[in-house]
Amino acid sequence: MFKKSIALLVVMMLLVGLMAGCAQKAPEQPQPTAPAEEEKTEMTVGFVTDIGGIDDRSFNQGTYEGIKKYADEKGWTEGQEYKYIQSNEEADYIPNLSAFGDETYNLVIAAGFLFENAMKEVAPQYPDTNFAIIDTVIDSPNVASVVFAEEQGSFLVGVAAAKATKTKKVGFVGGMDFPLIRKFHAGFVAGVHAVDKSIQVVDQYAGDFGNPGAGQQIASTMYAQGVDVIYHAAGGTGNGVINEAKNRVENGEAVWVIGVDKDQYEDGKMADGKSVVLTSMMKRVDVAAYSMMEAQEKGQFPGGTTTTLDLKVDGVGIPAENPNLAADVVTEINSFKDKIVGGEIVVPTTMEELTTFEASL
Amino acid sequence: MIKFLSNEKNHVFLVPLISVLLGFLAGAIIMMITGINPADGYRALVKGVLGNPRKFGEWIVTATPLILTGLAIGFGFRTGLFNIGVEGQLIVGSFAAVAVGILIEAPRIIHLPLVLIAAAAAGALWAFIPGFLKARYRVHEVVVTIMLNYTALHMINYAIKALPGSSMTRTIDIHMSATLNNAFLSGITGRSRLHLGIFIALVMAVVFWYIIEKTSFGYELRAVGFNPDASQYAGMRVNRNIVYSMMISGAFAGLAGAMISIGTFNYARVIGAFEGYGMDGIAVALLGSNSGLGIVIAGFLFGALKAGSSSMALASVPKEIAEIIMAFIVLFAAMNYGIKVLLQRLGKERK
Repeated sequence: MFKKSIALLVVMMLLVGLMAGCAQKAPEQPQPTAPAEEEKTEMTVGFVTDIGGIDDRSFNQGTYEGIKKYADEKGWTEGQEYKYIQSNEEADYIPNLSAFGDETYNLVIAAGFLFENAMKEVAPQYPDTNFAIIDTVIDSPNVASVVFAEEQGSFLVGVAAAKATKTKKVGFVGGMDFPLIRKFHAGFVAGVHAVDKSIQVVDQYAGDFGNPGAGQQIASTMYAQGVDVIYHAAGGTGNGVINEAKNRVENGEAVWVIGVDKDQYEDGKMADGKSVVLTSMMKRVDVAAYSMMEAQEKGQFPGGTTTTLDLKVDGVGIPAENPNLAADVVTEINSFKDKIVGGEIVVPTTMEELTTFEASL
Repeated sequence: MIKFLSNEKNHVFLVPLISVLLGFLAGAIIMMITGINPADGYRALVKGVLGNPRKFGEWIVTATPLILTGLAIGFGFRTGLFNIGVEGQLIVGSFAAVAVGILIEAPRIIHLPLVLIAAAAAGALWAFIPGFLKARYRVHEVVVTIMLNYTALHMINYAIKALPGSSMTRTIDIHMSATLNNAFLSGITGRSRLHLGIFIALVMAVVFWYIIEKTSFGYELRAVGFNPDASQYAGMRVNRNIVYSMMISGAFAGLAGAMISIGTFNYARVIGAFEGYGMDGIAVALLGSNSGLGIVIAGFLFGALKAGSSSMALASVPKEIAEIIMAFIVLFAAMNYGIKVLLQRLGKERK
């Protein structure tokens, strides 16, 4: 009897499911559009993550924080005026961007050069929607590209490194060797040498952004050579650099790491609560998203152009709080910042420009 | 009604159907628990695959590789092999297609078949390794194929960068004579990425069915899977058949890779981690009861869940709900014996 009731229950569940299925599908056509249209305010913003996801503690998260900040100021609610879609795989980029286009969102934001192809494909199909892409440049009338003056921020952490080094030897670890990372490299060396020309800068490229093992090994070699400050522009590979520094500081050595993209102070924390991260070169993707939304709402969306976020607009720079930097160092960094903003110093973006820059010192 | 439900002949399609309905029911319950109206959620899902022609096209695009990986896994299951290496064979196949698409120049009528053959051959070759090791040394195929997945991932990432013109993240576009893209298909579906691959997937489902059900070769492969000793005794070449089964399965997987690389993208990408097509193939094969037609239907269903999930996200239904539904469907499909028993009991107690 018991078994029979189970069997009946299952069948009943099925029937309910079937009916529910039919009931849902029937009003599918007319209903969805009506309420959605009414609730729509004058502006809607969509954000598509890459495969890193919304909580990647990096690009996606940073961008979305900028969107949220703007939305909070306007009293918007998530799901009404702004929304995000997470991409599970690269094949999702185009459908996800298009999904916002289909709903004629006003502004669709994507972060990272991974979106380059998808954006090129989708943007021309939705001329009524504005698109913003961060960290790469796309030439299309309804796409605004936002890039960063990484060399300027790197210059400032170069100053910090020059002030912190006792051995007169600092290091640079790059992820992959291409022009973008060379911007970090050139700016950093320029900053170091602007303070003291006699400081030696050693550099190495790991060839990978996701290999902490290689990062640790490179850092180990550098520290063994007498380098005591390393600036990494190497993403996940840089975590190995931080680990190596932690090991060495815990063994009584005095070495530092300079973080990249976001404030990495927390990542460098050791058991005693101190951090091996001297300071960080931050790329403010949140500022990028915020400024794009602002421009859109003011009707000044910079479609078809490239916006460079530099020190002037605090698009790059060091964190507000730097527990490991002495007050006079911060003052000195700020005076260099003023000189860069004022155009007194033009920070080199390539190794060739760096050579000319150093000759002028 | 009850007689219909308890009739064993109907179980072939009833059991998967019930699994699917139970999966959607479970999804509805989860949505209710999280404070979402299930009707809204499912409406968004339907809208996500049928809302406009482009979405319909993208649905087919998503389903195409799933059907082929389902066929690859299903072929393994039917012949007593658990080819968990579909993911790796897919990666190798997708690369082979792009490599031939870039390095060779030929008229379309020759070039396109050539890239497809290259993809299938590369997948088959990659599957030959575990097949051979199992046949010759009795090394379990699950262990070997899992390891080979990682080998394929990293080896192909390296190989992609080695092709002429490649950047650190992708190759250059293939010659347009090698692409599966079709202006007509894309045009009628509102400029979606719909490509010719779906026809290849459907033809392959027929090939699958024909080999397994209609040829003595397929019968032998199945017999070896059921009972290698008896097959040996009956005079079948057991070792050779194990290798063949793996290779055919691998060829399906390689073609699935081509669908992605020369259909969806037109270039090969350096990927950091597995994209899960092989794993989804297991679900598709399981739900499709390892039959050609079943796999095609299951492929479309899972494709709909994947393709519709971005529309669900737009309707403020987390994408993860779609994944939960898929997982429940697989769970219920795996419990097919239980569902069968319940249905039979229903009939018996009635009498």
